[in-house]
Amino acid sequence: MSATSPTGAAMGVSAPTEERLRLKVEQASFAYSATDRSAPEFTLGPISFEAGRRDLLAVLGPNASGKSTLLRLLAGITKPLSGRVEVDGAEISSLDLKARAQKVALVQQESQLLFPLRVWEYVLQGRYPYGKRLRFESTEDCVLATNALAQVGADSLRDYRMEELSGGQKQRVILARAMAQQPSLLLLDEPTQHLDIGGKLELLRRLRRLADENRHTVLVVTHELDLAAEFADRVVLLYKGKCLRSGTPAEVYDRALLEEVFDVPLEIDLRPNGRPRVALRSNY
Amino acid sequence: MKPLTPKRVLAICFALLAVLFAAVVISLRMGAYPISIPQIVTTLFDRVAGRTDQIPSAFLLVIFGLRLPRIALGIIVGAALSTAGAGFQALLRNPLADPYVLGVSSGAALGAIMSLIFTPHVAGAIQLAAFLGAGITIGVVYLLGRRGGQLDAATLLLAGIITTSFLSAVIMFLMTTLSGRDLRGIAFWIMGDLATPPVIDLKWLFFVLIIAAGCIYTTTSDLNLIMTGEQEARHLGVNVRRVKLVVYVASSVLTGLAVSVSGSIGYVGLLVPHVMRMLFGNDYRLLVPTSAIGGAILIVVADMLARTVLGTTEVPVGAMTALAGAPVFIYLMRRRVR
Repeated sequence: MSATSPTGAAMGVSAPTEERLRLKVEQASFAYSATDRSAPEFTLGPISFEAGRRDLLAVLGPNASGKSTLLRLLAGITKPLSGRVEVDGAEISSLDLKARAQKVALVQQESQLLFPLRVWEYVLQGRYPYGKRLRFESTEDCVLATNALAQVGADSLRDYRMEELSGGQKQRVILARAMAQQPSLLLLDEPTQHLDIGGKLELLRRLRRLADENRHTVLVVTHELDLAAEFADRVVLLYKGKCLRSGTPAEVYDRALLEEVFDVPLEIDLRPNGRPRVALRSNY
Repeated sequence: MKPLTPKRVLAICFALLAVLFAAVVISLRMGAYPISIPQIVTTLFDRVAGRTDQIPSAFLLVIFGLRLPRIALGIIVGAALSTAGAGFQALLRNPLADPYVLGVSSGAALGAIMSLIFTPHVAGAIQLAAFLGAGITIGVVYLLGRRGGQLDAATLLLAGIITTSFLSAVIMFLMTTLSGRDLRGIAFWIMGDLATPPVIDLKWLFFVLIIAAGCIYTTTSDLNLIMTGEQEARHLGVNVRRVKLVVYVASSVLTGLAVSVSGSIGYVGLLVPHVMRMLFGNDYRLLVPTSAIGGAILIVVADMLARTVLGTTEVPVGAMTALAGAPVFIYLMRRRVR
């Protein structure tokens, strides 16, 4: 198993150059409080990091570390209290909804469909941000939806009903809808949660390929330390709302640091390809 | 992959309009004064072509004076209730939502009855009160149906049932304070029928129907996405808050409009969109117009049966739709539970 990244990030490329810069998070922060006047119950940031085209980022951290809040800031759903989140040079929270959906696609864990829908109908929904009110899908939309299905290896599923799909198939179709959005930045919220180990590997390989072939920037929020080490170009490590470290997996995977953050004894060693290997310590 | 096209929407709508026309012609034939179907068709075409002088005066009176206004009222009411039903189903993300089941019809009826008691001589007050009653009730049911900040299908239905029960109690209470003439009025609001000609010109009712249904139609692409979840729709660029507001107001207007002229005719908003979903799929761009036409067909047929099934005694049209609608509601509920 090896990741093939043209960026060679695992070998120590720490920041994207200006022309391939896609995502720029600059001193972004956010705070939750029970009421407007009470003290914040949770504070995220300030956080800064950058990502370029074709980069695959992993956001790691234990529960309640601020991963979902960061995802909301990156998706533009929440406006940062301070700082900026830019995608392709535009501040994402200031864009209108459709313009934002053309730049950022967010893949969440699972759709809850009210009425049965066929796979191709679901994937065509990804073309919504490109249309006017009351639009009917064009031939171009259909071609793009077909391509998106092919890219995630789900073209044979297009006439199935969504409820007929297995967890892994559904995950691919949800990813295809996000691809049909043609976003610059693809965000995935714990996409491996309901998948078996084979499904997890397949998904990460696919995301790696999508980033490389389509010049997307892919950001995955995950608990999978080993898969992130294998596939990510850059890792952002969150703990209690703070960004403890960001950089290549080799830069971030410090045994003492990860043991403190995840509160488990770990074994970490560096493999010949420059990527760390993580395992639970055997005497645990 | 065969996405929906405007051509397909138009073709299906024209086919349904042909069915509606057939239902109207058959309905025009039913009644004490005998007129054959060819005579009805000829009379209708003569009227459209402006050859009114060639139409026998008895036909003019029976068709255009008596039967057609009632059928036209049924078309408006059926279209309004079905479109409102389809709208509420999307708004509340619940396939069992319907103005009647959610208590909205009862709210509109209560509004109308209160107006009947307190402002009996103010023009348009009943219609306005029915609309306000519909709007307030759906707001209350919406709030009661939330659990943990989310709309819960079972809680919502219970909220609708409880609200209907409460409003019925208020209506019963008001009935005890009324005279015999007003009591007959109340029976009309509770059962729903098309026998009483509306005080408002049918053209105005049709105008409001087109505006409100048109407003819902402009949101149909958005509603398709809201069906997969509000959060997801928002991420795909849908202004969910605006869409919900438009559908909420327009569906309440449609319910208020229907109830104010026909009383509370139940289950139309449940039955028709469900049949249309089975026939043509769940795409709202097709569902809204087909539901409107289907609702018109259902009420025209139901009213025809209501007028003729017991010979000279007329059954309220609301009883006919409830007879067909209640079993469908149970079927849908059981299917959801499974």
